[in-house]
Amino acid sequence: MFTPHTKADVEAMLKTIGVEKVEDLFKVVPDKNRFPDLNLPLPLSEMQAATELDSIASANATTRDFISFLGAGAYQHYIPAAVDNLLQRGEFYTAYTPYQPEISQGTLQAIFEFQSLVSLLTGMDVSNASHYDGATAAAEAVILAYSQFRGKRPKVLLSRAINPQYREVIRGYMQANDAISIVGDDPETGIEPDLQKLIDQIDLDTCLVMVQYPDFFGRIIDYAPLIEAAHAQGALVAVVANPTALALLTPPGEIGADIVVGEGQPLGIPLSYGGPYLGFFAVKNALLRKISGRLVGETVDTQGELAYVLTLTAREQHIRREKASSNICSNQGLMTLAATIYMTLLGKTGFQQVANLCYQNAHYAANVVQEVPGFKLPFKSTPFFHEFVVQANQNVPELLAHLQDHGILGGYDLNQDYPELEGCLLMAVTEMISREDIDYLTDVLSEVKHA
Amino acid sequence: MLVPEELKYQKTDEWVKVENGIATIGITDFAQDSLSDVVFVEFAIDPDDEVSAGDSLATIESVKAAAEVVFPVSGKILEVNQVLTDTPELLNSEPYTGGWLAKVQVSDESELDKLMDAAAYDAYCQDR
Amino acid sequence: MREPTIFELSSTGRTGVTFQEPDVPLSDFPQEFARADFPFPEIAELGVVRHFTKLSQKNYAIDLGFYPLGSCTMKYNPKINEATARYPGFAATHPLQPEDTVQGNLYLMYTLQNWLAEIGGFADATLAPAAGAQGELVGTMIIAKYHKDHGDLKRTRILIPDSAHGTNPASSAMLGFDPVQLPSDERGNVDLNALAELCDDTLAGIMFTNPNTLGLFDENTAEVIRIVHEAGGLVYGDGANMNALLGVFKPGECGIDVMHYNLHKTFSTPHGGGGPGSGPVMVCQKLVDYLPDPHVIMTDPGDEENPPTYGFARPEKSIGRIKTFHGHFGMLVRAYTYIAMLGQEGLRDIAEKAVLNANYLQAKLKGTYTLPYDRSCMHEFVLEGYWKDVPDIHALDIAKRLMDYNFHPPTNYFPLIVHEALMIEPTETENVETLDRFVDAMLKIAEEARTQPELLKSAPHNTPVKRADELKAAKDLIFCCYPVREWEKS
Repeated sequence: MFTPHTKADVEAMLKTIGVEKVEDLFKVVPDKNRFPDLNLPLPLSEMQAATELDSIASANATTRDFISFLGAGAYQHYIPAAVDNLLQRGEFYTAYTPYQPEISQGTLQAIFEFQSLVSLLTGMDVSNASHYDGATAAAEAVILAYSQFRGKRPKVLLSRAINPQYREVIRGYMQANDAISIVGDDPETGIEPDLQKLIDQIDLDTCLVMVQYPDFFGRIIDYAPLIEAAHAQGALVAVVANPTALALLTPPGEIGADIVVGEGQPLGIPLSYGGPYLGFFAVKNALLRKISGRLVGETVDTQGELAYVLTLTAREQHIRREKASSNICSNQGLMTLAATIYMTLLGKTGFQQVANLCYQNAHYAANVVQEVPGFKLPFKSTPFFHEFVVQANQNVPELLAHLQDHGILGGYDLNQDYPELEGCLLMAVTEMISREDIDYLTDVLSEVKHA
Repeated sequence: MLVPEELKYQKTDEWVKVENGIATIGITDFAQDSLSDVVFVEFAIDPDDEVSAGDSLATIESVKAAAEVVFPVSGKILEVNQVLTDTPELLNSEPYTGGWLAKVQVSDESELDKLMDAAAYDAYCQDR
Repeated sequence: MREPTIFELSSTGRTGVTFQEPDVPLSDFPQEFARADFPFPEIAELGVVRHFTKLSQKNYAIDLGFYPLGSCTMKYNPKINEATARYPGFAATHPLQPEDTVQGNLYLMYTLQNWLAEIGGFADATLAPAAGAQGELVGTMIIAKYHKDHGDLKRTRILIPDSAHGTNPASSAMLGFDPVQLPSDERGNVDLNALAELCDDTLAGIMFTNPNTLGLFDENTAEVIRIVHEAGGLVYGDGANMNALLGVFKPGECGIDVMHYNLHKTFSTPHGGGGPGSGPVMVCQKLVDYLPDPHVIMTDPGDEENPPTYGFARPEKSIGRIKTFHGHFGMLVRAYTYIAMLGQEGLRDIAEKAVLNANYLQAKLKGTYTLPYDRSCMHEFVLEGYWKDVPDIHALDIAKRLMDYNFHPPTNYFPLIVHEALMIEPTETENVETLDRFVDAMLKIAEEARTQPELLKSAPHNTPVKRADELKAAKDLIFCCYPVREWEKS
């Protein structure tokens, strides 16, 4: 199967080594622990494995079986056929990290192009080669800001309208640091779109203020006043951004963000039950040296030909060891390739079309849902992109169960993270949702009302 | 390898020169040579900070390596050599002059007695 | 020939994949938020396909040839894994779907947790970590929380052998531990005397890679664990090298408390040009309550009529969430497929053949190259890429010259404790003809080092680019190839 050794090969090899049997190579392993039993099922042939996995997969109902309004950090988008076709080239996916530039120019140039596209999309100067996902990229932004001021500014302000999982991961990453204070996302500071209560907390102890764009509720908020207030106190600002939205929105870099991070899944990466995705991470030049993770730079070879290499590696764990600011070793190599191919393939026209379809479909959906008696849009006066909050006059878990019975995944129950949003649902609408789907949703919602 | 007579040295390859209670600190020729081309200096301190011998002064990055510079003496930071932020290559070309890293108001001159003189440091480097 | 960048290939007005116009009544976009310009590339679909196909041809890969990169386990990545991970039943599930709609995913994760725990001799596992380094982070978080919960606040030091991967000290430092370097003895084992001296009531634990990065199974394994446990410390196992021990040794049975695997090494998920990895963490019984959120449990064992059901639960003393959602699920499907096809015998066969291949190469090369630790190795071994009679030739030159023979070089300059290290890991999926061709090339290079050293110094000769100027890259700091943006001009 996967080991090619014939009996004759093994015998000849053992002779070269000078031992009698393969078991002799393991004499160093303590006797009583050597060759234990493994309680595993009997091995399957490839055909049997394919069948078993197919039957496990078939026990799921997917976003293809439902009309799905689930978003909240992962979004259903159309992935052009060429993306996966190119991704399945063995030269890409069976290669290692491009530490040997002479035989890795393909991976290196693709990452260089990824960095370029992310810089352009976010309006920043430098992007790295990616982090694990949006949440860990956000955590790395906190580490960066904290170390930028060498711990002398111990306060991190997080907007409460940042994805709750991101805030949880940030706290998880910083759990051993008793000096840092991560605040601002309490119910008292709240989720008002003017952010005044958050801005009021920015002071000389603040190293970083982080907001989301569009925020977790899909709202598009003008962060210029917040950024100005933060910079006036010498604090950095990180923006968690949705990359699809950035095809239409003013890039955060243009309004003064120091760091932009986000989840790259919408860029041609399948939902795949939550991973693997990619976290993008971009900064202004002033912070370039503080970026954690891999960076690809341009140079020349001994013949003067343009070449790409991993550079500034002295920041990383394999050189700085315990002095490195992050232990990250890999990047999301193949996922960055998927995103690069996706963004290039859609290009200027296709990418803006997708973003516009999301925007238009979502606005149509919001308009017709709020016309159903018993449903309203609590953040109606704030612009939004492709996600919005619906307030239902009833128990949300029951409503979602009812919708599920009618073939609809209705969205994300906000009450699980926000006690103040009782009866509220977060709905995402992308280009994958048709007008008919939306009309069907309102039909089902209208029935709920009568039920 | 240059090991100026008038300086004091410590095992982690820093030199120090004290005049009128003010210590100037840098890295040695041996250190810059083993790092090779320096591309970046990151200071771990600001002027007015109080530091102790052994505290981190800066991290120096070359293409393939990073080295931490630690204070050979305690005291108060008077000045850091910001010129190195833009021209880190001075650490390679002028390790004992233009490549100085920090100036410190020394709080305890007896700490200098623990450091090596030029002959001792030279012998120490020959062994490596 | 150089492949132009996507921005050089772009021509105004060309389109790649386009989309239909909206069929809903249109809403206005708030102009105050509209971006001024969007200079993304404009390339037709074929141009994009050719660009990335040409880029792929500038890579070396397992599918093209032998990739003996030590500590990376560059084994064959079975194609069936790629197929199963893409089944729409998996790939089209949203991470926030109700549990009753994703029983297949949850069953797969629950089963894989159990398999991975069983293979390593542990009580339970988490599949959440995104990579080995994140697995280490989870492991050190668990160690930190365990001591904290026991009021053992002075345990601040973590011992790390001098042969360890850089991620070990970096992970410990991120958790606020003080990493203390532990020397190796002359046989490449952890130095027991040094260990005993460093063990006291400030010890949080040790990060112990076994087989270590020299490819050697530590002869004092049981002693190391005993000494650390007696001092009240926990033993973290870096499972990066588990490929040598599948079905051979269960670290958990021998007292390792917490350990990560790299699914992209041991369990054949592809390296993808630098990721995504996947780094599940296994724990012994006393640490199961500390596993990260979320963890899959059986919510109902079922009966004759109904199958069991599965769901997520947050372990009681959990260290919390370390990434969004539930780990790199696509990688979990691949690893599940692989283990299902191998079973106990297949897994042991993997370890045996990996160790056989490494010992075979070691036996053939050790006369010509210095083998600093001359004993039977596990899945990899480390040679010195340096000869006293040709001092100008370095490990790097040997590595680059191997490219001319169409091989990927071994890992060089790691581990740090070997001078001019060449770390060779053949893996179990290579046949003896390939190994022999590699040996021939290595012997030929040793000869060339004496007869035509310039061939090594100027290598590689046939690659898409030659040796790159890394100093220039670090000084110029060019990270993007986009055109200057409109708003920057003003």
